[in-house]
Amino acid sequence: MSLARTHSIALVGVEGHPVEIEADIENGLPGLLLVGLPDTALREARDRIRSAILNSKEEWPNRRITVGLSPASLPKRGSSFDLGIAIAILSADGVIPPVSLGDPPVGISDLMLLGELGLDGRLRPVRGMLPAVAAAAAAGFQSVAVPAENAAEASLVPGMRVVAASSLGSLLAWLRGQAGPRTTDRTDGMTGPAGTAGTAGVQLFEGGSLPPLCPPDGAAPEPGRGRDLADVVGQPTARRAAEICAAGGHHLLLLGPPGVGKTMLAERLPTLLPRLEPDAALEVTAIHSIAGALPSGSPLLTEPPFCAPHHTSTRAAIVGGGTGALHPGAASLAHHGFLFLDEAPEFPRDVLDALRQPLESGEVVLARCGLTARFPARFTLVLAANPCPCSRATSSRAACSCTPLVRRRYLARLSGPLLDRVDMKAEFLPVGKAELLSDRRFTEPSSVVAERVALARQRMGFRLRGTRWRLNAEIPGRELRRRYAPAPGALGPLERAMDLGEISARGVDRVIRLSWTVADLGGVARPTAAEISYALGLWLGVAQ
Amino acid sequence: MNAKDALGRHGEQLAAEYLQQAGFRILDRNWRCAEGEIDIVMVDRRVLVACEVKTRSSTGYGTPLEAITRQKVRRLRHIAISWVQAHGVLFDEIRVDAVEVLRDRQGGFTIEHVRGVG
Repeated sequence: MSLARTHSIALVGVEGHPVEIEADIENGLPGLLLVGLPDTALREARDRIRSAILNSKEEWPNRRITVGLSPASLPKRGSSFDLGIAIAILSADGVIPPVSLGDPPVGISDLMLLGELGLDGRLRPVRGMLPAVAAAAAAGFQSVAVPAENAAEASLVPGMRVVAASSLGSLLAWLRGQAGPRTTDRTDGMTGPAGTAGTAGVQLFEGGSLPPLCPPDGAAPEPGRGRDLADVVGQPTARRAAEICAAGGHHLLLLGPPGVGKTMLAERLPTLLPRLEPDAALEVTAIHSIAGALPSGSPLLTEPPFCAPHHTSTRAAIVGGGTGALHPGAASLAHHGFLFLDEAPEFPRDVLDALRQPLESGEVVLARCGLTARFPARFTLVLAANPCPCSRATSSRAACSCTPLVRRRYLARLSGPLLDRVDMKAEFLPVGKAELLSDRRFTEPSSVVAERVALARQRMGFRLRGTRWRLNAEIPGRELRRRYAPAPGALGPLERAMDLGEISARGVDRVIRLSWTVADLGGVARPTAAEISYALGLWLGVAQ
Repeated sequence: MNAKDALGRHGEQLAAEYLQQAGFRILDRNWRCAEGEIDIVMVDRRVLVACEVKTRSSTGYGTPLEAITRQKVRRLRHIAISWVQAHGVLFDEIRVDAVEVLRDRQGGFTIEHVRGVG
């Protein structure tokens, strides 16, 4: 056979597209021609694959080889096609049986191949394994061959048979039926020391047996690594705002002088959230997989992410981008979790304003020449800021040394349209010793608050059952007026604020969403005037 | 004569015998002009074939065929045209072939003939 066909996946954003790899061997001077919009990393595959095949003790077909990747119009990037190209070439050369002799038999063209080859023939792990295997499953593939290091991640996809190989040589041996595959119970493979499991050869995993989302008691690591909301002493209002923020997914601005606990509070927000639901966990894991940010050993992320980029981060780092391969930004890495911008006014204005679109739509759409990538980005935004550059504006002891103009300019860096999308503004006041001591009696540990949050989420989940939305913050405005309207007559305070020009039409919707969360936390069936007033206070930043 | 040149001459001799046996009519060997040299000039029906012979004692530095570059093939085609002009014979077509002669460990040779490389 001089023509062979294999399959791989090209990732655009978090979407995978099946790619057909054809290898044709014909008479002519030896050489490898790669066609079908490859990028530089993929062009280099020619030399990598040749070395890998030779170093796997295989013959390199000493003729003219043409490798085509189709659809040719789709730009293909990265090194994950190496394995597919190598198998296509060897299959075209006739040294691999068209249907594998391993158990169970798999046709070479029915096997999805993903992985980068080292010069020595080793299979190296690649990024984005989870979304790629998910796309393979959606395209009807039932078997996928992956590098051993990616095996755990690949077998998160239900109904997929994962052939994990540590090298090209061991995969070839399996395809030729020379090595008896050891079907390993998934959990055994996971607990074994990483690296040694694969070196013996090929392992088979049955995908879809999701690991238990909650590890058994005792083994569960404390979420937030020993942080607790009770540490934030002297700021009851802010603690309450954090609880509402966590329960309903509402965006939060923390305003106050240095040292009162803004960052401390923000870092403790993840401790208030329940673990991610299975489908949310898969979404979060897929994004982190593309970014190459998955911790090794535990492929599935089950805790809500907390992403705190530094204020010198570029726009591409926050919303995603890049010239060649498109990378998810901090906004996408914070999907289903928190995006915390400390010292928010120090961020360049264009970076902050670039967040406006994902804040509305819950996804980042990046358009580049020839392709459009979508990255989900439904995060809860938490901003922290000082009231002015000298930060003594609210202090009773020292007077603020900033001129009114400087003060106005400093907070004006947070643009109006951005602040309009922030549901809650919580002001931290500097506290004295007496306040610290007296508040100590009222602080609650994270676990207690998390219980209330979980209960409120249950209530909103029950109300939102059968819809696409999980949290109050996600309900669109139209539905808010039609199906989820507050109690009659409750909108009085809101109408007055609108008459006074204190709040925009979008702000009204946001206050109503906020009031639902306040009601859910308080066990009230429907927001009344009291919940609306409190929510309005939170929106305006005057609630105490 | 260097060992490598001797190997080359021997390879060309083997290739010529092989091609003759395969039914090609050899017109010229080691024809030189200002642009270079054609190892074997032969006829395949009404096609003039300029044949490059590459001999190696091992594949340690790659196979012989790999050492034939595009530039080399292009140059051979030019020299073949010069050959036609010098001899005043007309052909339907001019083709460039490559012959690989590889010595194995036992001292035997394997010969591979690739038609129409450029």
